[in-house]
Amino acid sequence: MNEIEKKILEEVSSLHAVPMSGAHNIRLNGKLVSRGVTEGINILSKKDKDGIDVFIKRGTKNESVHIPVIVSFSGVKDKVYNDFYVEDDVDVLIVAGCGVNCNGSSASGHNGIHTFHIGKNSKVRYVEKHVGLGDNEAKRELDPVTDIILGENSVLIMETSQLGGVTKSIRTTNATLARGAKLIIKESLLTSEQDIVKTMFNVNLEGENSKVEVVSRSVARGKSCQEFVSNIIGKNKCFGHVECDGIISEKGIISSTPKIVAKHPDAMLVHEAAIGKIGEGQIEKLMTLGLDKEEAEREIIIGFLR
Amino acid sequence: MLELQNVCYEIVVNNKKKKILDDISFKVDDKQLVVLTGPNGSGKSTLSKIIMGILVPSSGKILYNGKDITRLSITERAKLGLSFAFQQPVTFKGLKVKDLIDIASKKKNSVINACDYLSRVGLCAREYIDRDLDSKLSGGELKRIELALILAKNGELNICDEPEAGIDLWSFDALIKLFKEEDKTFLVVSHQRRLIEIASKVILLSRGKIEAEGSYEDLKEKLSSQICDRLEEGNE
Repeated sequence: MNEIEKKILEEVSSLHAVPMSGAHNIRLNGKLVSRGVTEGINILSKKDKDGIDVFIKRGTKNESVHIPVIVSFSGVKDKVYNDFYVEDDVDVLIVAGCGVNCNGSSASGHNGIHTFHIGKNSKVRYVEKHVGLGDNEAKRELDPVTDIILGENSVLIMETSQLGGVTKSIRTTNATLARGAKLIIKESLLTSEQDIVKTMFNVNLEGENSKVEVVSRSVARGKSCQEFVSNIIGKNKCFGHVECDGIISEKGIISSTPKIVAKHPDAMLVHEAAIGKIGEGQIEKLMTLGLDKEEAEREIIIGFLR
Repeated sequence: MLELQNVCYEIVVNNKKKKILDDISFKVDDKQLVVLTGPNGSGKSTLSKIIMGILVPSSGKILYNGKDITRLSITERAKLGLSFAFQQPVTFKGLKVKDLIDIASKKKNSVINACDYLSRVGLCAREYIDRDLDSKLSGGELKRIELALILAKNGELNICDEPEAGIDLWSFDALIKLFKEEDKTFLVVSHQRRLIEIASKVILLSRGKIEAEGSYEDLKEKLSSQICDRLEEGNE
């Protein structure tokens, strides 16, 4: 792995080097470069298509699995299917991420289709980072799809971020929740130049007392364009909350369409959306603490997207 | 420390000029507690914002330690040693109380250090340090955090716009203690009797002009209609 590839690895997975132990699967330019499994977590390559199956055994706790993808050549168009089979009573951290570094004019990209089959009474924290690096001319495209089937009384906390450098992206998250299941999604997006991002959340609250919370925070700079679409359907006694906050600067555009559908008399669904530039008062406050205008804006955006 | 010379501030309303502040001149000496008081709409908040650089005067001069700061930005004034506590504190999505304390004090504080600033304004510090400085905090909590930021910034001249608004009696006692004990200069916009009574100097503004200036004893009669005894009366 060269220095750029190591840098991407660190950005997307917080790993400084190829790990010697622990469950992991590192994919570089479409090829597997390292894999590790543990007693509780097994990883197998798919036979019919590109991708892996990650099996997390019943009762596995306090373990993590890292599955970063690195694309460092121009013109690579990678598409993988990763399935996570999480059994009952599990408590794990899954770190997935994709970094694309390319220069030149040909487009590079990665489409990761991740499916979570989560059993009962499990808790999964899923951290997903998308990073684009390289010169401004190159096109970097990422179209992640996350499908979630969340079992009874299980919790999935999904923290997903795409902070700059990705020129075009369609992000899709679909989830179905069983009784007592809870899904928490925190999304952070930053676009600039002419970037285009569409992010969609489709959540079916099937089970009684299921719960979803989606918080999407985004910053659109330059002439970039973002579209947020959520569709939360409450089919039982359930609770859903969607919050979409956007900061626009220069000629950035954000559109937000939060849709909520209550199909049960005890479904309680809420959506909030707010888009605007950084408040003058916020900048003035930080200036009274000694920051200049640019530093103030940077601090506000870093906090907002954290 | 601070000197205002003939400061005027005009705005245009319906194509007509309106004078908000008219020929304001006064001095604030080192380590003084100066209270700026007067009826609603007399120009107190505007004047405090002009001193911090948030608003620019139409004419006149502001000197800080002998240096003309009239045209300096907010940031430049902050770096010279001016601090400002807003009447209505600003909230931030995502920035934590600790982040703001770190920005104000220009260092990464330990939790103990950061808590100290909050304790000094009467907040049970550990409960607040990791909270977002957002609208989930009450008005009184935000006001006290605003003051904690002034302490963290450790400026020489601290301008506080109605610091008592929205805070409870116990916190008000802490506030009085703070103004008495901190070895700093304070310029405070307030209607509160207890603050006015301990002031080194009181400046009474009326319709954008200084109506009177002096000690509480000197101005007692003139001030009688301006002063509030109960905390909530002070809120504009």
